[in-house]
Amino acid sequence: MDANELLAWARGSGFDIALTIFVAGMLLRLLEVLALGNKPDLSAPRGSGPKGGVQTLLSRNLPRKAVFDREPLRIINGYVLHIGFFIVLFLYGPHIVLFESFLGFGWPGLPSGVIDAVGAITILSLIAALVFRLNNKVIRFISTKDDYVAWAVTLLPLLTGYLTYNHLVASYTMMLALHLLSVELLLVVAPFTKLTHMFSFAMARWYQGYQAGRRGVES
Amino acid sequence: MDDLTLSERLRQRGVSRRGFMKFCAATASMMALPPIMIPKVAAALEQARRPSVIWLSFQECTGCTESLTRSHAPTIEGLIFDHISLDYHHTLQAAAGDAAEHARDEAMKKNWGEYLLVVDGSIPLGENGNFSTIAGISNLEMLKEVAEGAAAIISVGTCAAFGGLPMANPNPTGAVSVSDIIKDKPIVNVPGCPPIPTVITGVLAHFLTFGRLPELDHLNRPKVFFGQNIHDRCYRRPFYERGQFAETFDDEGARKGWCLFKLGCKGPTTYNACATAKWNEGTSFPIEAGHGCIGCSEPNFWDAGGFYRALSLPHTNVGETILTAGAAGIAIGAAAAVLNRKRKSDAVDNRETITIKDLSKES
Repeated sequence: MDANELLAWARGSGFDIALTIFVAGMLLRLLEVLALGNKPDLSAPRGSGPKGGVQTLLSRNLPRKAVFDREPLRIINGYVLHIGFFIVLFLYGPHIVLFESFLGFGWPGLPSGVIDAVGAITILSLIAALVFRLNNKVIRFISTKDDYVAWAVTLLPLLTGYLTYNHLVASYTMMLALHLLSVELLLVVAPFTKLTHMFSFAMARWYQGYQAGRRGVES
Repeated sequence: MDDLTLSERLRQRGVSRRGFMKFCAATASMMALPPIMIPKVAAALEQARRPSVIWLSFQECTGCTESLTRSHAPTIEGLIFDHISLDYHHTLQAAAGDAAEHARDEAMKKNWGEYLLVVDGSIPLGENGNFSTIAGISNLEMLKEVAEGAAAIISVGTCAAFGGLPMANPNPTGAVSVSDIIKDKPIVNVPGCPPIPTVITGVLAHFLTFGRLPELDHLNRPKVFFGQNIHDRCYRRPFYERGQFAETFDDEGARKGWCLFKLGCKGPTTYNACATAKWNEGTSFPIEAGHGCIGCSEPNFWDAGGFYRALSLPHTNVGETILTAGAAGIAIGAAAAVLNRKRKSDAVDNRETITIKDLSKES
């Protein structure tokens, strides 16, 4: 299979298969959690559940001081990683076209040079994340294969995207095909690893905030 | 082979030495040779005898020949082509019928093992090759016969090089490329729909100059012409870098000459010399005229997902896939939920009561 055929597959059947697994898998995982349900809480509420839910949904965007003071670099790196990933994914012209194709609307992107730089920073940040993980005895101990798989499938699209844009390693056609395939790998793997947090984070925060809010305690 | 050298013929045609040297300089620069090579190109071309060329047209639209003749009359590229001995070419030869086929036989006999074979058009294999015949001979048969005595083969156009439009899905005639059939001859692919005239003549000039075929890439295309992609050489590239794209063919961005990526331009994945050699004697190329590259010099360009679909878009309908997968996900999710609840209630039902006696050490 040459680069053109690989690209055609990645843009055709490959993408369809990956997207189907991603959407169906993600819904399956989320529905499973939701369907577990709550036991009825018969106690009189001491505060507002929804208020606590919203509060936690927002407040968890900021680090806890105690944690931040202990490992500031790791926390900052987490922000760099996530924000960098969002910028590269949502503000690069060719990516916006994809979202536009099924959302029906687009938004202005950033110059490719900026995306290139942010992409490089995000890749370095991911590597730093791995170093932090391996250097911290506790985190290393509780890390499972799942963590390393999630790390690898997140790194690959960034790395191949960077190489494609900069015309490195292989021809543009081949690199673009590999980039799309790496994204497809991420889509296939995401619902079955901790990467589900891309959606479940909101549910988890809401639930915890709601429970705490209802009991009138801090979340 | 003709006795007159190219230089003598050119002079007979009234082409000045200065004009000839200018052509050699242009040829040298097109082939990415250093200026020091210009006299060598000139010397080689001056001494070159007219090699016999047999041009076979199979399943094609004559666009490749049209392309070549467009640059023909007034230009020196046209003249140099005139100064190879084009012994057989359906469209351009005066002879017809038996006389035409006789000319081919004659040229083959006289120059066995030395002539250049140029092919445009794909070769149909379906129905025993009877979808396309010339003088009652199928394309497949004629190609095999003529290729046997050829020094080298130049596949001109995407049809001959990669199957092209006739091979597009569902390929009703079972069309294939020249290299799918001929395995034992050097083959140069000069794809494009059509190829740039100067690229066709450039390959011939290279053969005349060096007596061998140019360096080829993995698709057997001459690296000097197909070594770089359109995107890298596109004058609209700065707009791509700035993230400025035309959204439609008549919006503000299109009028300002912004990048055509979102309108489906295949420049990033297309390797050809359009952006540098250009068309119509260096006037412009498709992107300069406001239309994205369609990737015509790449294999399977016709089936590569639509000319107006951005490269970053999948071929399929993303919205539809999401909806179908969403419905499937909800159904599987609901089934899983029912299953989980059943497991939970089963566990409750089957729970065995543990008494203090069970936990005591004596038991």
